[in-house]
Amino acid sequence: MSQPILMKGNEAIAEAAIRAGCRFFAGYPITPQNEIPEYMSRRLPEVGGAFVQAESEVAAINMLYGAAGAGARCMTSSSSPGISLKQEGISYMAGSELPGLIVNIVRGGPGLGTIQPAQSDYFQATKGGGHGDYRLVVYGPDTLQEAVDMVFEAFRVSDAYRNPVMILGDGVLGQMMEPVRFPPEDADVHKVEKPWATTGAGDGDTRLICSIHLEAEELNAHNMHLHEKYQAIKENETLYEEVEMEDAQLCLVAYGTTSRICRAVIEQCRSEGMKVGMIRPITLWPFPDKPISEAAKKVDAFLAVEMSLGQMVEDVRLAVNGRVPVGFFGRTGGLIPTPDEIVAALKRLVEEEGVTS
Amino acid sequence: MKKVFSRPDALKDVTMHYCPGCTHGIAHRLIAQAIDELGIRGKSVGIASVGCSVFSYKYIDVDFQQAAHGRAPAVATGIKRTNPDTVVFTYQGDGDLASIGTAELIHAAARSENISIFFINNAIYGMTGGQMAPTTLPGQVTTTSPRGRDIPSYGNPIKVSEMLATIEGAAYIERVSLHTPAAVAKARKAVVKSLRYQMEGKGFSLIEMLSTCPTNWGVSPLKAMEWLKENMLPAYPLGVFKDREKVNANE
Ligand SMILES: Cc1ncc(C[n+]2csc(CCOP(=O)(O)OP(=O)(O)O)c2C)c(N)n1
Ligand code: SF4
Repeated sequence: MSQPILMKGNEAIAEAAIRAGCRFFAGYPITPQNEIPEYMSRRLPEVGGAFVQAESEVAAINMLYGAAGAGARCMTSSSSPGISLKQEGISYMAGSELPGLIVNIVRGGPGLGTIQPAQSDYFQATKGGGHGDYRLVVYGPDTLQEAVDMVFEAFRVSDAYRNPVMILGDGVLGQMMEPVRFPPEDADVHKVEKPWATTGAGDGDTRLICSIHLEAEELNAHNMHLHEKYQAIKENETLYEEVEMEDAQLCLVAYGTTSRICRAVIEQCRSEGMKVGMIRPITLWPFPDKPISEAAKKVDAFLAVEMSLGQMVEDVRLAVNGRVPVGFFGRTGGLIPTPDEIVAALKRLVEEEGVTS
Repeated sequence: MKKVFSRPDALKDVTMHYCPGCTHGIAHRLIAQAIDELGIRGKSVGIASVGCSVFSYKYIDVDFQQAAHGRAPAVATGIKRTNPDTVVFTYQGDGDLASIGTAELIHAAARSENISIFFINNAIYGMTGGQMAPTTLPGQVTTTSPRGRDIPSYGNPIKVSEMLATIEGAAYIERVSLHTPAAVAKARKAVVKSLRYQMEGKGFSLIEMLSTCPTNWGVSPLKAMEWLKENMLPAYPLGVFKDREKVNANE
């Protein structure tokens, strides 16, 4: 690992992508992620990569489709309204089994909303914002170091399974500064065999990247193939962290920026004698439903905390499956939940549900 | 006996799904011939678009990517920037290119992406069953302009070649037609020139091919050629609208 370098979140993500072998980037300006394309426009030419400022997010994701199909490790970034525009392209990439990294530095919606941070694109990211039976692997890092590490991880998973992946950050993560360490430079990091890529067939058989399967049986078989892949991803690539769960009676569930606040909440609660722990999903899809389901056997209640009006909480409820109460606390519009608000929400939950803690 | 006609190597030996009298097949053959002539089968990458020609990859024997509706120039950009040594072309209909895909088209031209665009103008949406296209002629009856394209409410057709010729980045823009053997011979030269320009690094080129859709025009294959001549040629004059080489030579 390199010496720690103090960097802004967006720039750390961009630098990590370069070091992970990303050699193609296309994007369109939108706050709060502009430092990513700006950084890429400086850095990519230095390493022999290509940067394109696209005419729209629609064009950017389709450039990614082309570059991925041609064998490049590639990335696009945007924020919520722009990510909405990319959905058709993401669906096409999943259907055509193309790897590629999409970074969403989420801002508040719906509509033009605000440039302030939010976590209100969870549904769109994890439930298939585009059409069809597909899955996007989604990472929700909580620190800049984890964001850097997840860029490497995301590219690895994306190539291994030939599926698009997303890093779901938010305005806080994108704009804040933290020290980060990068793994040592490795020229071969991105050298993955891609015999399916359209690099010109030479004297060999031609390759085809497409998602059209007009016959019902054929499309069904293709969807079953994708489904098996998604099952394998669920099995092998789910990431989460447990914080003070050994003796926890109340379990917070939070990801990204919100989980950082929840760490302070745990400390505060424990100093008051409340046994609070946290399960922090790192992959949002696949969602860590097994550890949550296991925890449901031990804890008295869960509280999901989000910067939304309740999106991830639905996955928590599915995992808990009615065995114990699942409460929710959220703030929107760029408001970030405070530790005191979360502690109060926990206390309300304990009171209302009559659970002990 | 001298062989006067044979299937180009880059054209697969399969039956095409196009309707009788449809000139998509002729356009495919011209591209395959040009690929043979330039010896670039092994380094070409085609982009199939959404429309009747979605299966063009089944006929032209090179690496292919199938793009979302209208996005072929963006996909081509990604491919070409990744592997600049490949020869990259899109094959797009008029709904795909001149309606939903105008932004991608214009900006690929503005950036002078070093790619070739083969644009099939048949004045109608073929695949979806004969709706009005941006290239549908004034007065032309389609399933969504049942009383004929009426300019005050539907607007004027878009003249793609004329429009693109105004863009600095466009290196070569020509409109050809596929309605007679002589016209096809000219079209063939244009296709070769477009790919050759790309190989020479000259930048963006587009060949607009006036084409037929007897099925949705509601005429016989033979009548379709006449219809093209009588109606499309006056509205869409043939010729070179931009040639960077010529411009430079004149300087
Ligand atoms: C986003 C999207 N919108 C609409 C369609 C439906 N669609 C399929 S083909 C087509 C029109 C194709 O017409 P054109 O480009 O003129 O090609 P042609 O079929 O005439 O060769 C449309 C609208 C689609 N596939 N995707
Ligand atoms: S519908 Fe028209 S464009 Fe499509 S194959 Fe038939 S004739 Fe050709």
